[in-house]
Amino acid sequence: MSKKKVAKKKTTKKITTKKIAKKKAPKKRTKKKAFRKVTKKSTKKNVIRKKVNKQKDLLQDSIIELIRQTSTILPGDIQKVILEALEREKEGTTAKYAMSIIDANIKLAKSKSQPMCQDTGTILFFISHPAEFSELAFMKTANKAVVLATKKGYLRQNSVDTLTGANTTMNLGPGHPSFHFHEHKKKTIEVRLMLKGGGCENVGAQYALPNVSLDAGRDLDGVRKVILDAIIKAQGKGCGPGVLGICIGGDRGAGYIDSKEQLLRHLDDSSPNNTLADLERDIVNTANKLGIGPMGFGGKTTLLACKIGVLNRLPASYFVSISYMCWAYRRQGITLGSHNKISKWLY
Amino acid sequence: MKKLNFPFKREEIRALKVGDMVLISGKMFTGRDAIHKYLHDGNMPPVSLQDQIIYHCGPVVLEEKNNYRVIAAGPTTSIREEPYQWEVMRDHGILGVIGKGGMGPKTLEGCAKYGCVYFHAIGGAAQVLAEKIKSVDNVYLKEKFGSPEAIWELTVEEFPVVVTMDSHGNSLHEKVQAKSEANLKELL
Ligand code: SF4
Repeated sequence: MSKKKVAKKKTTKKITTKKIAKKKAPKKRTKKKAFRKVTKKSTKKNVIRKKVNKQKDLLQDSIIELIRQTSTILPGDIQKVILEALEREKEGTTAKYAMSIIDANIKLAKSKSQPMCQDTGTILFFISHPAEFSELAFMKTANKAVVLATKKGYLRQNSVDTLTGANTTMNLGPGHPSFHFHEHKKKTIEVRLMLKGGGCENVGAQYALPNVSLDAGRDLDGVRKVILDAIIKAQGKGCGPGVLGICIGGDRGAGYIDSKEQLLRHLDDSSPNNTLADLERDIVNTANKLGIGPMGFGGKTTLLACKIGVLNRLPASYFVSISYMCWAYRRQGITLGSHNKISKWLY
Repeated sequence: MKKLNFPFKREEIRALKVGDMVLISGKMFTGRDAIHKYLHDGNMPPVSLQDQIIYHCGPVVLEEKNNYRVIAAGPTTSIREEPYQWEVMRDHGILGVIGKGGMGPKTLEGCAKYGCVYFHAIGGAAQVLAEKIKSVDNVYLKEKFGSPEAIWELTVEEFPVVVTMDSHGNSLHEKVQAKSEANLKELL
């Protein structure tokens, strides 16, 4: 038997074991032809690698584009509340001045395609995926995308070895980026990205109820008291006006993670739980009567929105975990289509 | 809107009050954690800071053929320099500090004693502020501390800030804090 024939036989076998080839029957022929022509001498392995690589490249490109958009363009729901805040502040005040500079900054970052804030933050990926999905493969590609996005200047060199203080330069290292995977029933993969700066992360807080000094008991009134306390403590230090993501309950770890996941919600939604929806509205209204204002200069807008979730707790614990997000609320998301191309933007 | 133009004068600084919106044109020097510690340890600055403004900022600077270009330059949190700032006022004669988040009682006292003000830049407005930087004129201690921690000598035009601590013992941060606490008491 000639070499050519052997190769042909092997190819057929290979292709029929591949799912993609099965689904796309019409293309099978051309692929086979191309293989016969170009890779007479190549082994099966090379062919597989070639195809897998092609797939991977698109995922990498999609993630780089996700990073670029997240770092440079604020989604519409966030821009809307910032514009409302700008309009609300009184002419001639420092609050109005701060909001107008923020507004100009948002526009400038978009037109120059440069990070709107130099602190490009902790890189948090939230991935919702169907049952058959490799977390390891995803992380490997996402890490590569982060390195490339850093080289392109969409991300600052922002990851430091905690003990030595040395910058790892490419935003990789233990805990960086931060990945959160969830299996869902849909067939598609959704990737959400949040870039959360240090200034606002520093003013986040976790309370254990009861809190005697705040006179906060284990009920919604106590929850309200500690949330307002966190807002008072934060003042303008988290680059307000900001948005709160809050989790009531859970353990300390789950509570903080859920508080960040609340920040993935659309700003114009409200909690499906009526009690929480009321509390969300009440917190925003009350916070905006405190007079802290943009940047803590004093003014009408202290909080742009508040999102509250709830997790079960142990009888012995009652945590309230609060994440503060600055006005530079960088979060975006994509749905991946065929070949992991971006098929839809989520915000 | 007030204007402050280089060379800066002590009387002009004394005339500024909390809440003033100011556009600064002229010179400023970046300096953050490493530099403040360095001066605190008794080292002399590599360039005279007399009557100058220090900006708490670690800029993102692009190096292009012996030329530097600032591509992002927002303020960093100032409170970290609280232990050192008053000393830099006393020993090196600075008359302005730019940063974000405000500073504490030691700095406020230093401002009154030595005739200095704290200017608040808009946190996160990296692009708007970078646009106001017209040239990078020099850089000091870059090898020693790395780019973000170096002293960058910048020429700026109409750099927008708000006076939040003046040289007469007034702090907008203290005022807003007290007012918001009082408001909360009423609302609870
Ligand atoms: S808190 Fe947000 S806006 Fe402020 S410096 Fe940090 S990332 Fe930027």
